[in-house]
Amino acid sequence: MYSFTFHRPETLRQAASLLSKNADAKILAGGHMLLPTMKLRLANPPQLIDLSRIEGLAGIQQSGRSLAIGAMTRHADVHASPVVQQAIPVLAKLAGMIGDPAVRHMGTIGGSIANNDPSADYPAACLGLGATIITNKRRIAADDFFTGMFSTALEPAEIITKVSFPVPKKAAYQKFRNQASRYALVGVFVAKRGSDIRVAVTGAGSNGVFRVKAFEEALKKRFAPKSLEGLTVPATGLNGDIHGSAEYRAHLIAVLARRAVAEAVGK
Amino acid sequence: MSATGIGAAVRRKEDHRFITGKGHYTDDVNRPGQAAIYFIRSPHAHAKIKKIDTKAAAGMPGVPAVFTGAQFAEDKLGNLICGWAVFSKDGSPMKMAPHAAIAAGKANYVGDAVAVVIADTLAQAKDAAEKVVVDYEVLPAVVDPAKAAAPGAPLIHEAAPNNTIYNWHIGDADTTNAALKNAKHVTKLEFINNRLVPNAMEPRAAIAEYDAGSGNLTLWNASQNPHVARLVIAAFVGMAPENKLRVIAPDVGGGFGSKIFIYPEEVVCLWAARKIGRPVKWTAERSESFITDAHGRDHVTKAQMAFDGEGKITALKVHTTANIGAYMSTFSSAIPTFFYAPLLSGQYQIPHIYCEVDAVYTNTVPVDAYRGAGRPEATFVVERLIEVGARELGVEPPALRRRNFVKSFPYQTSVAFLYDTGDFDASLQKALELHDYKGFGKRKRESERLGKLRGIGFSTYIEACGAAPSAIAGQLGAGVGLWESAEVRVNPTGSVEILTGSHAHGQGHETTFAQLVADRLGISVDQVNIVHGDTDKVQFGMGTYGSRSGAVGMSAIVKALDKVEAKAKKIAAHLLEAAEADIVFKDGKFTVAGTDKSAAWGEVALGAYVAHKFPTSEIEPGLKEGAFYDPTNFTFPAGCHICEVEIDPDTGATTIVGWTAVDDFGTVINPMIVEGQVHGGIAQGVGQALLEHTVYDDKGQLVTGSYMDYAMPRADNLPSFKVDMTVTKCPSNPLGIKGCGEAGAIAAPAAVMNAITNALGTEVIDMPATPQAVWAVLQRSGKAARAA
Ligand SMILES: Cc1cc2nc3c(=O)[nH]c(=O)nc-3n(C[C@H](O)[C@H](O)[C@H](O)COP(=O)(O)OP(=O)(O)OC[C@H]3O[C@@H](n4cnc5c(N)ncnc54)[C@H](O)[C@@H]3O)c2cc1C
Repeated sequence: MYSFTFHRPETLRQAASLLSKNADAKILAGGHMLLPTMKLRLANPPQLIDLSRIEGLAGIQQSGRSLAIGAMTRHADVHASPVVQQAIPVLAKLAGMIGDPAVRHMGTIGGSIANNDPSADYPAACLGLGATIITNKRRIAADDFFTGMFSTALEPAEIITKVSFPVPKKAAYQKFRNQASRYALVGVFVAKRGSDIRVAVTGAGSNGVFRVKAFEEALKKRFAPKSLEGLTVPATGLNGDIHGSAEYRAHLIAVLARRAVAEAVGK
Repeated sequence: MSATGIGAAVRRKEDHRFITGKGHYTDDVNRPGQAAIYFIRSPHAHAKIKKIDTKAAAGMPGVPAVFTGAQFAEDKLGNLICGWAVFSKDGSPMKMAPHAAIAAGKANYVGDAVAVVIADTLAQAKDAAEKVVVDYEVLPAVVDPAKAAAPGAPLIHEAAPNNTIYNWHIGDADTTNAALKNAKHVTKLEFINNRLVPNAMEPRAAIAEYDAGSGNLTLWNASQNPHVARLVIAAFVGMAPENKLRVIAPDVGGGFGSKIFIYPEEVVCLWAARKIGRPVKWTAERSESFITDAHGRDHVTKAQMAFDGEGKITALKVHTTANIGAYMSTFSSAIPTFFYAPLLSGQYQIPHIYCEVDAVYTNTVPVDAYRGAGRPEATFVVERLIEVGARELGVEPPALRRRNFVKSFPYQTSVAFLYDTGDFDASLQKALELHDYKGFGKRKRESERLGKLRGIGFSTYIEACGAAPSAIAGQLGAGVGLWESAEVRVNPTGSVEILTGSHAHGQGHETTFAQLVADRLGISVDQVNIVHGDTDKVQFGMGTYGSRSGAVGMSAIVKALDKVEAKAKKIAAHLLEAAEADIVFKDGKFTVAGTDKSAAWGEVALGAYVAHKFPTSEIEPGLKEGAFYDPTNFTFPAGCHICEVEIDPDTGATTIVGWTAVDDFGTVINPMIVEGQVHGGIAQGVGQALLEHTVYDDKGQLVTGSYMDYAMPRADNLPSFKVDMTVTKCPSNPLGIKGCGEAGAIAAPAAVMNAITNALGTEVIDMPATPQAVWAVLQRSGKAARAA
């Protein structure tokens, strides 16, 4: 690790001002992505701006048909929250599938989606549920937020404050883990909310999380595993590495999508 | 059996220390004025070092020194060595190339150290290291052992033409070929025994200190055998005479073989500490461990097993190419030869065996002993062949094994070993019952109903531990004897210190050795302290590997205890005013036979030290005895492991749904610790079979250089094991111990792969059988449940 200046602002405004004054500064949330990269000397931010002392950035609130989760809410808290378990049980379950207990007690939802690792779980939930990412500046639809591998629509001095999830009627997430990292080799999130049907895939896309429109169209006719029978996604544009070729990942997307729909409809 | 004696499941005495963070590891050692050392390692697998510019680095803050391989070479120290001479078929000695602790001239693998930076702090050393400019000329690399000796492959060492270290063989080629020709059936297999990264929990570490006043050097080192480290560093590297070098291996957090070897880092720390007059400390980072700890396995093998009309094995022929890596590590030559081929008879009577092994250099991390060391590779050959043979012959796998078991002992195999004892059928039978083998068909149908494939696989392994009778080791080329030493020091109050040449790094010696002593002397385990791992305290020892501490290390303690008891009896005779021949020692009490006169152990111990009541001209005061024990044979743990798997044909994922292990380890001192060793061994074997994939790309970069890509077994990869035992005592050592530390890792890979291939209905799949690999096999065979 290189040396750096550590800031611990107490308000969002202070954090934002520090960020805009220091172009290369980095926000520190759970640190579970940023700190290992710094320890390996692969990242060298001269300033770290720790969000952990800012009041109101962590917490879970339900209002009507939507659930708002503060950016600094830890995975373990989402997993254990009765509110989440009640409103969107699959989201609580997904948070419990991230990493190991140490990761879940430090890692945050804001950090996860800002990072937009192509194998991360939360981006699939955001895209699959049609969430809205709320920052200190604006509201961004998940469809516009994830712009590519490790890249998002966030502007330089923009801070995620919370994520708002509409409560779906039915939803499920199927994660097939990379045996080594236990990130998603492929993860498929399906959700149905009225006529809005979404199938979001993580782990497989060479541009990060994406939706499978063909599957969504098929499921619009009938939200049942049978509707996906025989449907495939092309391997082109998918990731291939030692853990899974693009063909294998394409195959898994179809398998997991069917399983997710089956789980969502309770079969 | 007493509550803490031999056979009792005593809780590990050392665990409180470990689980409360009170262990004392090499990295916990800090010396006044110490400096940190950072190794600059070649990022290329094969490259000429044209020039190293250290000027800018040397001027960085806190940096007393930057050294290159050229500077190291100026001091004319010796090379690191492989201490086991192996000869080729044609009688020529193995082609060992020089291995300097810091490479000069050429780097031969990614991770080869080319320079070091020493600084007040590690951060400063790393900062300065970034200023060191190394001018490399990148050369083509070879990583695949199957291609290393091929014409046109890049030559790694001048000393080894065709990158070939030796072409070794054992057995009789002519009779084996004849038997293959006349066979009724021949089963043929080709496979890779995959390279593994050891991953001890504690990374390797070293801290060296030079005392200019006395000229003494001290090295704290995460080592499995500190005395051997001292011997090699003194006698071969020539760092200092043995009497001027002290090596301390404090608590060591796992080794699995990887900490047997003498590595460049400890040598460089010693050299640099003397050079700069400050203690020098190094602890590997995990990514450094991946590219510098000696790896394990890495064989490419072709094998054939011949059967007659009755299903009796008539011959076995094996050809293996063993990847040794870029340099010959300390025991590297012996692992794919003497620790491998003599196990190829397995539990079976095989009249003709012939095995050839070609060892090759490649531009990869050196390969050496890793839990099981040669025996897992041999077991994999034999147990895969017999299982496949059974399938091809249409015989139940257990039945075919039974038909071929060695049934009377001693049994001379056709590949050198003399099996002393065993009852292979007993462990097989017990395992079949415990596993409910009969119910397998029903379970398989149930899986099929749920769209899953179920398979069962066996591994009736035998291995050799207790290395080794020194004379035999010498005949086989070992540079050292493989005896063990012990010293029993009785204190005046009757408590005891045991100094042992064995070294514990997870095995629980502080408990099991204490149990042995407590049992013998009738004292509590808390009155026994085990001292190990310091060359200034323990006179000499060969260390711990190859499951030798029970069979060899404890035998030495028994020998020393015999001497202690004999002397104590003499003293007791004087205290009790009786004839020595009438003294009986039992349950911690010396009694005069036929009388009620007695003296407690503690009284006699005290009597020995106050020395008031016996003639010191005949009996020396004090009570302390030492012994060296040299085994008369290897020991042969054996057993039967059964693995049952379920495969999800949609994803290719394998779940181990059942595991039964019935092992014969001879006498068991502490069944809880033994069971733990079996669990851990199986976990490592399952890791090899399902998860651990060491991938190098063509350029020699380790693709799987972190836990993001290298999958270690976790608890949820494993089922709840059924572990049981059968016992035939080892006849060659006083306690009847065979050894248990590696059995699980030896048995497991074949059991898993036999189960997976049984489920898949094809034999063509290599380890690790990852979901993707299994899925690919299913795609080829058209068995995927649903093409998506
Ligand atoms: C061993 C291990 C296993 C893991 N397994 C999984 C897994 O299975 N699935 C999974 O999805 N993830 C996994 N992770 C990642 C984990 O969830 C991380 O914690 C998460 O991705 C990053 O969150 P963080 O709070 O730690 O962010 P940090 O590391 O603190 O930050 C990550 C990035 O986001 C930026 N950032 C943080 N917060 C904000 C904000 N509010 N606004 C704008 N930018 C911000 C930071 O500047 C930084 O660039 C794993 C991590 C580890 C170490």
